[in-house]
Amino acid sequence: MSDLARSADTTADEASDSIAQVPRRRLWRCGLAASVAWVAVAALCRYWPDQGEVGSTALLSSGLVVIAVALLAATAASVRIELPRLRRAGPWLVALPVLLGVWELVSAKLNLLPRPFFAAPQSLLEVYTDDWARLAESTLHSVMLLATGYIVGATLGFLTGLAIGWSRTIGYWVHPVLRFVGPLPATAWLPLAFFVLPSSWTAGVFLIALATGFPVTVLTWSGVASVNAAYYDVARTLGASQRFLIMKIAIPAAMPSVFVGLFMGLGASFAVLVVAEMMGVKAGLGWYLSWAQGWAAYANMYAALIVMALMCSGLITLLFRLRDRLLSWQRGLLRW
Amino acid sequence: MVAGAPVRLARVSHRFELHGQPLPVLDAIDLAAEPGEFIALLGPSGCGKSTLLRLIAGLEQPSAGRILMRGQPIEAPDPSRILVFQDPTLFPWRTVRQNVALGLETRGVARTESARVDAVLRQVGLDGFDNAYPRQLSGGMAQRAALARALVNEPCVLLMDEPLANLDGLTRIGMQSELTALWQRRRFTAFMVTHDVEEALFMAGRVLVLSQRPARILAEIAVDLPYPRHRGSPGFAALRERVMEELGLLAQW
Repeated sequence: MSDLARSADTTADEASDSIAQVPRRRLWRCGLAASVAWVAVAALCRYWPDQGEVGSTALLSSGLVVIAVALLAATAASVRIELPRLRRAGPWLVALPVLLGVWELVSAKLNLLPRPFFAAPQSLLEVYTDDWARLAESTLHSVMLLATGYIVGATLGFLTGLAIGWSRTIGYWVHPVLRFVGPLPATAWLPLAFFVLPSSWTAGVFLIALATGFPVTVLTWSGVASVNAAYYDVARTLGASQRFLIMKIAIPAAMPSVFVGLFMGLGASFAVLVVAEMMGVKAGLGWYLSWAQGWAAYANMYAALIVMALMCSGLITLLFRLRDRLLSWQRGLLRW
Repeated sequence: MVAGAPVRLARVSHRFELHGQPLPVLDAIDLAAEPGEFIALLGPSGCGKSTLLRLIAGLEQPSAGRILMRGQPIEAPDPSRILVFQDPTLFPWRTVRQNVALGLETRGVARTESARVDAVLRQVGLDGFDNAYPRQLSGGMAQRAALARALVNEPCVLLMDEPLANLDGLTRIGMQSELTALWQRRRFTAFMVTHDVEEALFMAGRVLVLSQRPARILAEIAVDLPYPRHRGSPGFAALRERVMEELGLLAQW
């Protein structure tokens, strides 16, 4: 392919941003606006005096300048290289400094919000620079506990659902138990779990596994039970054994439903994780939150909440990525 | 190449349970198919034609009577007898190639025999669509893929349950010729359930007219027109009239 043809090809994908056949791309004007906005909020931080001691104001404004410079560089580069993702994020990159500026004004600069309960941006930044070790350790604890409980719960739930969906005998015995115990919120087991199980960590794993297991079981079961019977007939005439029917027909056919269960289970596991960490497990982000509240360290609470939001959102993104990979044969999947 | 196998049905009856009541669907069917014969089963809807195919496939056991292939009773499904449904029932999570290779996979020869998949895809005109997913295929292409999935196993008996009923008129006429040509090359024993009198006469060597449920064989019409057949020929028209008469539809037609 000639250079001209290649550039025509790449620009065609982005017809709204550039005109085909023109090697120079249109300047990313939103990027220019964004870098101006970030500089403006940096100046606001630096030159408008804080009311009292609120945190690392100088560091915050330097950080904002760095972002502004990076955006300016990207804007300059936009006439040479393709930046589709950045261009799509453009309006957000303008809105964010505006929101940050408002937050900065009402907290640090004008002191309109009651002080200890609402923190200024630079106070949060100070938490990250001073207390990062404890936050990182808490995050690691949370992730380990959550991952262990979730994997145990999802695996057991999947196997149970498969067994109920496949075998009438197993269904007969397990189904009533599932109906009786399943809807009970996992947190109701909390006092018993911390009392009976050998450590608070195993109790946490048990509770998270329980919360994850129920939706995964039910949706795996319903997925397996609703597999088109003709699929089995076709596979049987083609010589499929029972094992083949389970592994190559029932499981793949049930996968869309299994992923709904995994998604619901993940949401439930977050809730139980935080409660377990606040109530018994003496580590993790849930523990950090209640510890910060005990010391009236509200900035630390907000900082931990942001880390927790990133963790949860990241895990859900991971699950959706996995689903998109495994279920690429489906049409019209919801984008997360 | 595996040639067709003889199939014999001796006094085959079958009934279902419906709300605790027995529902007879087949009544003492006697039938002998020569190796490589093409038999069309014609009859009113719901008369039990599809059940007959399921019994020959081995998906169900008859309530009474015996079904033999090469003199051996049919007790379970086997890749030597394959059923093709009206709906292509491709597995949506498998590509066309993986769908077609399924019968080889169940016998653990998918890797060594992959050339057969290529050959059969070429035969049904789907070469180049190996990696397409079923949702990307048109109705006719999906049915071709289902046919390829059956043929790759080199069946001695091919059972087709209204294989072309869901296709549009033009695609259908094309597929009738293709399927007939394929059968002539391969010479498997073919059973085809259809509602279409022309389709039966165009493709089959023998047309069996079945009664209302419980199905009995009402008439047996040998179609001794040479292939490729033409729907406009005088012999074809005469046979069509005969079949219509057997179905009791001559007056309305």
